[in-house]
Amino acid sequence: MVAVRLWGSLAEFADGNRDVEIAATNLRELLDALAKAYPGLKPQLERGISVSIDGRIYNDTWATPISEKSEVVLLSRLVGG
Amino acid sequence: MAKDEFTPRTFKVVGTRPLRPDGIDKVTGRARYGADISAPGMLVGMVLRSPHAHARIKSIDTSAAERLPGVKAVVTRADFPHQPEDNATADVLDNCMAGEKALYDGHAVAAVAATSRRAALDALAAIKVDYEVLRHVMDVDEAMKPDAPVLLKGRKQESVPAVMSDNVLTRTQYGHGNPEEGFKKADLVIERNFKTAATHQGYIEPHACLATLGVDGQGDLWVCTQGHYMARNTCAAMLGLDAGRLRVTASEIGGGFGGKTTVFLEPTALVLSRKSGRPVKMTMTREEVFRASGPTASTSIDIKIGMTKDGKITAATGDYRYQNGAYEAMNGTLGAMTGFAPYDLEHVRTTGWDVVTNRPKAAAYRAPGAPMAAFAVESAIDELASELNLDPIDVRLKNAAREGTRSAYGPTYPAIGLEATLKAAQAHPHWTAPLGENQGRGVACGFWFNFGGDTCVSLMINPDGTVSLSEGNPDIGGSRAAMSMMAAEELGIAMEQVRTIVADTASLGQNEVTDGSRVTFAVGLATIKAARHAIEIMKERAAMTWGIDVDAVEWVDGAAQPAGPNAGKFPPMSIGEIAAIASNTGGPISGHFEVNVEGAGVSFGTHIADTEVDPETGAVKILRYTVFQDAGKAVHPSYVEGQLQGGAVQGIGWALNEEYVYAEDGTLQNAGFLDYRIPVASDLPMIDTVILEIPNPGHPYGVRGVGETGIVPPLAAIANSVSRAAGVRLTSLPMSPPKVLAALKEV
Repeated sequence: MVAVRLWGSLAEFADGNRDVEIAATNLRELLDALAKAYPGLKPQLERGISVSIDGRIYNDTWATPISEKSEVVLLSRLVGG
Repeated sequence: MAKDEFTPRTFKVVGTRPLRPDGIDKVTGRARYGADISAPGMLVGMVLRSPHAHARIKSIDTSAAERLPGVKAVVTRADFPHQPEDNATADVLDNCMAGEKALYDGHAVAAVAATSRRAALDALAAIKVDYEVLRHVMDVDEAMKPDAPVLLKGRKQESVPAVMSDNVLTRTQYGHGNPEEGFKKADLVIERNFKTAATHQGYIEPHACLATLGVDGQGDLWVCTQGHYMARNTCAAMLGLDAGRLRVTASEIGGGFGGKTTVFLEPTALVLSRKSGRPVKMTMTREEVFRASGPTASTSIDIKIGMTKDGKITAATGDYRYQNGAYEAMNGTLGAMTGFAPYDLEHVRTTGWDVVTNRPKAAAYRAPGAPMAAFAVESAIDELASELNLDPIDVRLKNAAREGTRSAYGPTYPAIGLEATLKAAQAHPHWTAPLGENQGRGVACGFWFNFGGDTCVSLMINPDGTVSLSEGNPDIGGSRAAMSMMAAEELGIAMEQVRTIVADTASLGQNEVTDGSRVTFAVGLATIKAARHAIEIMKERAAMTWGIDVDAVEWVDGAAQPAGPNAGKFPPMSIGEIAAIASNTGGPISGHFEVNVEGAGVSFGTHIADTEVDPETGAVKILRYTVFQDAGKAVHPSYVEGQLQGGAVQGIGWALNEEYVYAEDGTLQNAGFLDYRIPVASDLPMIDTVILEIPNPGHPYGVRGVGETGIVPPLAAIANSVSRAAGVRLTSLPMSPPKVLAALKEV
């Protein structure tokens, strides 16, 4: 299981949990499992998010590996100028 | 989990300062910008814009305009029948051509294509629009009130409380700990409201394009943009075209700073071309640039910070309310994520609000959302340090985020460079230089994420051994020089032997926009990998020529050579020699690399500013300014310095002079550089820079994005300097002479 931290206002749609545990070995599995476990997160997941894995930020690459020791933090989808 | 890309090495080309390859074209006028290209039979396209801040469009009568001589096409929203699939593209379409309502002064409502500018202007004058003028709202705090006029109903996200106005589109909250408990441990708590004005990116080149689109759906677009793939994809999605049938070529670009990461004229030019059967060229006037392209958000931010007597922050909260113009943007979210990012805080909570108003849709502007947040946070920290009689750099060092710090936005930092920039600032002669009467010194820190994204590079070895390199990102910060240098470094040849071009959308795969400080990092990584690909092929060709195994060949200083005495005795084969016989050894040689670069490293900077306040006029003079930034490896240090200096100067303008000024009726009053005052050279001292090179583990050479962080600290650095010079805390930007004078009278 991977420990996943949600941002404050997103936690409201995961039964109020800032920290949830999800079975996943890569980014795609993580996003699919989150949507399944917490349907309230779906609107935000569909709009897009970024994910910090061990301090580095990922946006799209489904195969990005995640281990049970990884620090995983969901972030608002980032944009730049 | 990401594999480290960085390997320490000694550089021969990277880190030097060769002449810029685009220099002669630019100083001689040979460079071709957005408006510098023509086509046979080309028409002039022009836009009719709303004179009202908020109005329902009851009807548009174009019949008289269509009958005028020389007028070949008139379009309104009815000529954009395709409904984009996603809300974001639908918003961009509505911004390019208003639907049911005009949402700001300058919103496009119709467009014409004619054989001359005069004929186009006559046609615009002949279009009759029947408006129902509605109440408008311009200020973020006003727009959030329940009784505020609503721009668009039903757009707010599920995170926004139902009782709030429909103008509030998003709410995001970050942080950890229990701030209320943390404030109890503080010796001093400061709570302030800060305001910043909307400012424009101020690029010198207005938006311009030349479009051709046939009834068969095949078209070409020449455009000044930060992302021609974005322009292709967005126009195709808006107009229901196949992306592959629309070829987009990026012109040279006269500045973007985030403001050219979307489309404004391009879809309209394509529709006018399709309707008229002729190429259509469109160029914004400067007034149109101000009224209808994207400024950044204005803000109202509440900051509360508690600190102990020895300078430790015990708790911090921030409420970041950003007005984003007429459509959704996420500046407030980014403000809430970045404001406290430089600090190691046990208790922190931030809330970001994104709100719509009757102003032009906010576009990205270098580190979108971050400079305003840094202004508020860094001002409050400076006031605490001042009240507690502490050195402002010592206070920041005491609270600085380091490797292992859990950031205010959630993740734990890997190795970062904030502390290094603070220590460099403290050790710099600027920090201890004497100040005179009415003078003050301010310091501030800033943070930005940096990005990677989809990237393609193709590298061809020409028959004479020179190299042609194609990238897909418009060059706004020296990327052609940087790519040529990295390719040369990897190949072991001179930078002058590599020419880099920005290829059109039909020549390379998908490329992300030139934004997010991504290009030198991400395209550089792809360039290095493409060069390594070409090297592997050249080693194979040499091995074939020598009749030895490729594993027995190594690449050294631009040549293949046997790897050790057991491989055989052969003289090295240079790139030129391998290229000359390429037809005999298997055909042309090229390397390529396609990737979605993820895991970009974050960036920090610290700025010091000295100012002098004229007590009689309130005018502020910048006396001295120094930027300290972690750049990772600086590929071409002159370009890096230019990025840091440019960010500082744009921040100085934001701090002191720049703002959108609206009349009571919501019309923009200063849509030109005479009345919208950006800093010019005579306003400024030399901006000094100190580049710190802390390698980014995510890049083979340790390169880190540098384009955006430089604009994050200056608003606060200047405000802290002016506040100390004036003896009164300035909390509202811009700190124009009337505001400073009013503050001085309160002392």
